[in-house]
Amino acid sequence: MFDYQFLIEVLIGGLLSGVMYSLVAIGFVLIYKTSGVLNFAQGAMLLFAALTFVSLVERGTPFVAALAATLAIMIALGIAVERTVLRPLVNQPPITLFMATLGLSYVIEGAAQLLWGTQVHGLDIGISDTPFEVAGVLISRLDLFAAAVAGGLVALFALFFRYTRTGLSFRAVADDQFAALAVGLRLPRVWGAVWAVAGIVALVGGLLWGARLGVQFSLSLVVLKALPVLVLGGFDSIAGAIVGGLLVGAIEKLAEVYVGPFFGGGIEVWAAYVVALGFLLIRPSGLFGQKLVERV
Amino acid sequence: MNMFRRLKVTMGAALAVGLASTLAVHADEQFFPLQSYRVGPYAAGGTGFFGGFIDYLNLINIRDGGVNGVKVTWDEGETQYEVERGVEVYERLKSRPGTAAWNPLSVGIAYAMIDRITKDRVPLITINHGRTDSTDGRVFPYVFPLLLNPYSETSGMVNYLASREGGRDKLKGKKIVVLYHGSPYGKETIPIYKLLADKYGFSLEQIEVPHPGNEQQSQWLSIRRAKPDYVVLRGWGVMNPVALKTAQKVGFPADHIIGNVWSNSEEDVIPAGDAAKGYIAITTQASGAEYPVLQQVIKAVYGANKGNLDDKKRIGSVYHNLGIVNGILNVEAIRTAQAKFGKRTLTGDEVRWGFEHLQLDPARVEALGAKGLFHSINVTWDNHEGDGRVTFQQWDGSKWKVVSDWIAPDWAFLRPIIEKSSTAYAKEHGIKIRASGEDPVSQ
Repeated sequence: MFDYQFLIEVLIGGLLSGVMYSLVAIGFVLIYKTSGVLNFAQGAMLLFAALTFVSLVERGTPFVAALAATLAIMIALGIAVERTVLRPLVNQPPITLFMATLGLSYVIEGAAQLLWGTQVHGLDIGISDTPFEVAGVLISRLDLFAAAVAGGLVALFALFFRYTRTGLSFRAVADDQFAALAVGLRLPRVWGAVWAVAGIVALVGGLLWGARLGVQFSLSLVVLKALPVLVLGGFDSIAGAIVGGLLVGAIEKLAEVYVGPFFGGGIEVWAAYVVALGFLLIRPSGLFGQKLVERV
Repeated sequence: MNMFRRLKVTMGAALAVGLASTLAVHADEQFFPLQSYRVGPYAAGGTGFFGGFIDYLNLINIRDGGVNGVKVTWDEGETQYEVERGVEVYERLKSRPGTAAWNPLSVGIAYAMIDRITKDRVPLITINHGRTDSTDGRVFPYVFPLLLNPYSETSGMVNYLASREGGRDKLKGKKIVVLYHGSPYGKETIPIYKLLADKYGFSLEQIEVPHPGNEQQSQWLSIRRAKPDYVVLRGWGVMNPVALKTAQKVGFPADHIIGNVWSNSEEDVIPAGDAAKGYIAITTQASGAEYPVLQQVIKAVYGANKGNLDDKKRIGSVYHNLGIVNGILNVEAIRTAQAKFGKRTLTGDEVRWGFEHLQLDPARVEALGAKGLFHSINVTWDNHEGDGRVTFQQWDGSKWKVVSDWIAPDWAFLRPIIEKSSTAYAKEHGIKIRASGEDPVSQ
């Protein structure tokens, strides 16, 4: 007999994992939306943030002070990246900008190891990862907390984009850079601000992923989890990042458990990419992405 | 004597002294090229292992003045654990005189080097890893998977589980899940687990975790549904702490998860925090710094500010001690070869002979200050693994604690399987199988 309870358990586990993917994807979306750059260095920024935080804590800095210091460092890093790497490359083709962020990811990874060493670290953010049971289904406390944080972050962004001057500037730049420029918005300042926000998102993602995996070099590989999320949800939609994350998480887990045995297992990584590729053929801009219409 | 003549004599003498000293340097040195990885994703393991290896070589130079007066030297090339970089370092360092052996601590790099080192006639040491069938020295004269090959590891783990259950007959009816890394390394033991399951009558499920293994929710939900008695973790890198954390999420007890030899370090458990408490893993070398050889390293090497580890707290960690044991085995192979060929710089082929006669019984291990650190080794011309024993350690939240005796794998059961594979390899590659240790190695 088909085990529906197990199906629900797999589905919930997948959705909660998907929220974690969304956290990484949001960082991509923010930068892509406002500057058209696919920031491949988001994973490295996440690693840098988590490693900085945990290294400060291990050197005796109180939790809150370490968090504040890391936040300041990530904001500074975001602004520095925009100033020194992206700004000089304005008006270059997208592939040039992408390659610049690819190179940047190696520089940040190397700098992180140079500054804080190569050792792995545990990260305790005060949330126990022991599960609790609801109607026979085990649910992870840490994953639920991560979902709440992601939800809070999206709500915060929604308010920020709707009610603040900087947020409105972001939206204006995202809609039409030339029009934004024409009405007097200073694009470099907006781009600097958005990179700083991406740094903050990297910190949030880094802490949650660090608590899940431990803080180690492979943290930067979570960037690969975000790519199918972006294809499904759209590269320029925060709502798309959330929905895409949930979809990818659920697809991965269901495919691994129910389809995997027919292929010898281990299919979840490429199953998500298969779905993303298929989706790309049908709807290239993703579920929530802006359709590009060009006059010729 | 006119001025020109005096100058000529002086210059000639200086040249002669310089040449003699240059020759003397080469005559008194045995060189280890090190394909290390101190940056990149696997730097934590690389710094520990190569740190331990260098610390031991330093100890030999500082304490003993070298191996019977022959200094040991080394040079490092960074590989970041990448195969192409490993080969690049090989090509760069292979022409250095007096090369003793290669020790890459990387399955991928080792595989890429087998043909090269065989042609260049220099030993390749793959302690605790590498091709299982390279145990057969008849076919792989220059490759040495010292102490433990993957099949012996599998057999050692099953023997340990049998001892926990009260005997091999008690394994019948038990259920074991093997959670393996989705790579050639992870998949290598699939057939041997099947054979052992058939032999002892336990039921077996083998579940793959795709590389890198930072997401394992579905695998552990499947494990929870399967309700196994034990889970064997054949992981690597981030897969290990994630496995332990996810096991905790689905309520699977850590003390019923048994890690393999690449899931047994501090780097595998520290990131998992409390979820790793009680986790057990196999090892060929115990951790801790209480062994006399480690104390000598601390005193002589770190006391002279020549220690290789930046963080002294890592002295005695799993990877550091593996490096120390690797150093012992390399140095003792040179010493063994020197007894036959003379106390001088040896060729790679002569060092190979040394490895093929590397026999350290427990008494000799104790004399080397390593009693309890590792058990013994008995390498022969056709058995390049050397019948290493294994033990099991349990993580208590801050350190590993040995929880078993030294356990012997079932070598008699494994040897025919190994020979079948090596013979097929020899046939495929046109290799002449050696009939005895005196048989010259063909190329």
